[in-house]
Amino acid sequence: MLVDRINQAARKVPTWAVYIVYLIPVPVLLYMAQTGGLGREPINALERELGEIALQLVIIGLCISPLRRFIGVNLIKFRRTIGVLAFTYVVLHLLVWAVLDVQSIDRVVADIIKRPYITIGMAAFILMLPLALTSNNTSVKWLGAVWRRLHLLTYPVAILSGVHFVWLSKGFQLEPLVYLTVILALLALRVPTLVRKVAT
Amino acid sequence: MAHRWKNTLTRADATPLAAYMNRRQIMAGAMGLGLIGAAGMARSQEAELEPNSWEDITQYNNFYEFGTGKSDPARNAHTLTTEPWTVAIDGLVDNPGDYSMGQIMEAMTIEERIYRFRCVEAWSMVIPWNGFELADLLNLAGVQEGAKYVAFETALRPDEMPGVRFPVLDWPYVEGLRLDEAMHPLTMMATGIYGKPIPNQNGAPIRLVVPWKYGFKSIKSIVRITVTEDEPPTSWNKANGREYGFYSNVNPEVDHPRWSQASERMVGGGLFAKRQPTLMFNGYEEDVASLYDGMDLRANF
Ligand code: HEM
Repeated sequence: MLVDRINQAARKVPTWAVYIVYLIPVPVLLYMAQTGGLGREPINALERELGEIALQLVIIGLCISPLRRFIGVNLIKFRRTIGVLAFTYVVLHLLVWAVLDVQSIDRVVADIIKRPYITIGMAAFILMLPLALTSNNTSVKWLGAVWRRLHLLTYPVAILSGVHFVWLSKGFQLEPLVYLTVILALLALRVPTLVRKVAT
Repeated sequence: MAHRWKNTLTRADATPLAAYMNRRQIMAGAMGLGLIGAAGMARSQEAELEPNSWEDITQYNNFYEFGTGKSDPARNAHTLTTEPWTVAIDGLVDNPGDYSMGQIMEAMTIEERIYRFRCVEAWSMVIPWNGFELADLLNLAGVQEGAKYVAFETALRPDEMPGVRFPVLDWPYVEGLRLDEAMHPLTMMATGIYGKPIPNQNGAPIRLVVPWKYGFKSIKSIVRITVTEDEPPTSWNKANGREYGFYSNVNPEVDHPRWSQASERMVGGGLFAKRQPTLMFNGYEEDVASLYDGMDLRANF
């Protein structure tokens, strides 16, 4: 069975390998930005590349529990890895935006207040903070059930991230809408269980 | 009339001071004689203008008919057939009809204009255009009494434009100017860059250049020019009227809802390029501010 084989293979892959593979784009993108590989204006290009990888990681993270529930593929041990990586890319995205793009504290503050798509991105980032800070074994043990409830924050984070992309796109563009649709579909899969839990 | 506006200094700026002074005096004389329509065209600011490289200008473009990525037009626009090309000129003109590029080029005097180019997304370039004043073309067609606006339309060729398969905008792309803006000596039709034919991604074979307005007003690959009495629809205004007005003059004091317009970043400066303040009317305030006397630029954004 394919599912068994995937599960067996997954058991052999250490989580640090996923970290390493998924962090390779960082030096590659920086190198490309410096050498013209990201085009004539590398700041916005880098900002966008990092944002897109962050969003993809958020989506991959949302796939993990449905994969087990509906298909039996068990990648749960990578869920935290994916979450921490997503947060890492959001931080890099935020840094490129603040330091290289906007270049001043005044403008950072003004943009967060005045530009709804930035406000939404920032809201997503702030909601990610408690998740990132508790992504360690000690926190999981200490917080127990609270930890599980806390991690429901991934749902609003995902929606806000998807809306952020749709909102910053000019005109009527397909790609951000596809991302948002995928996010909403992945969340819809959870509605029945959430309803059951609330009911009981 | 060609040569109504001049950069005080040009790209090949090894002009010795004496010759430079001379030119200033000639221009001052010409103005005195009323040969130059609008006053105060020579501005020392141009001295600072260093054009962007050919690569910057031709590889970083917004031309959504060929894709929404900045490098999509350079990659995809080669499919556009630019020969033969005709521009239909109609509406309130004495000589309506299809004008071939050959006819147009024969009738016009091509000159170089080094202009700032400011995108609504807060990036900018300096571009050495080759072309002629739109006024000359409109005069060739003969603008009639009662005309108040000029409408423009970009080619729509689904076979050659991969970007129009999806309704990012309501194709074809359309733009418009008030007649006095269209007749202004700064307003030009560009057919070349750096003395070479204009590349497809930059709007071949003929495009509008209005240097004091955000770049999207400078419509590319024009197939129709219509002189009208009523304000024509414009693509970005139709797509999002709250964000994009008909005028869209560069104005550091009026922000776009999604981008601050107070500063801009010059393309080509690499990963650590500094932002620089955006100038009122993109630095052409002396030349064009009078067009908007008494107008509330916040309401008419
Ligand atoms: C911390 C607050 C955030 C800020 C200030 C911010 C800012 C930005 C900016 C300025 C852009 C480029 C817009 C443009 O080019 O016009 C952008 C693009 C983007 N951001 Fe964010 N962002 C934030 C958080 C996030 C988060 C949490 C995610 C997703 C997890 C995200 C995903 C994206 C994506 C997918 C893009 C577009 C990429 C593309 O065009 O391919 N951002 N963001």
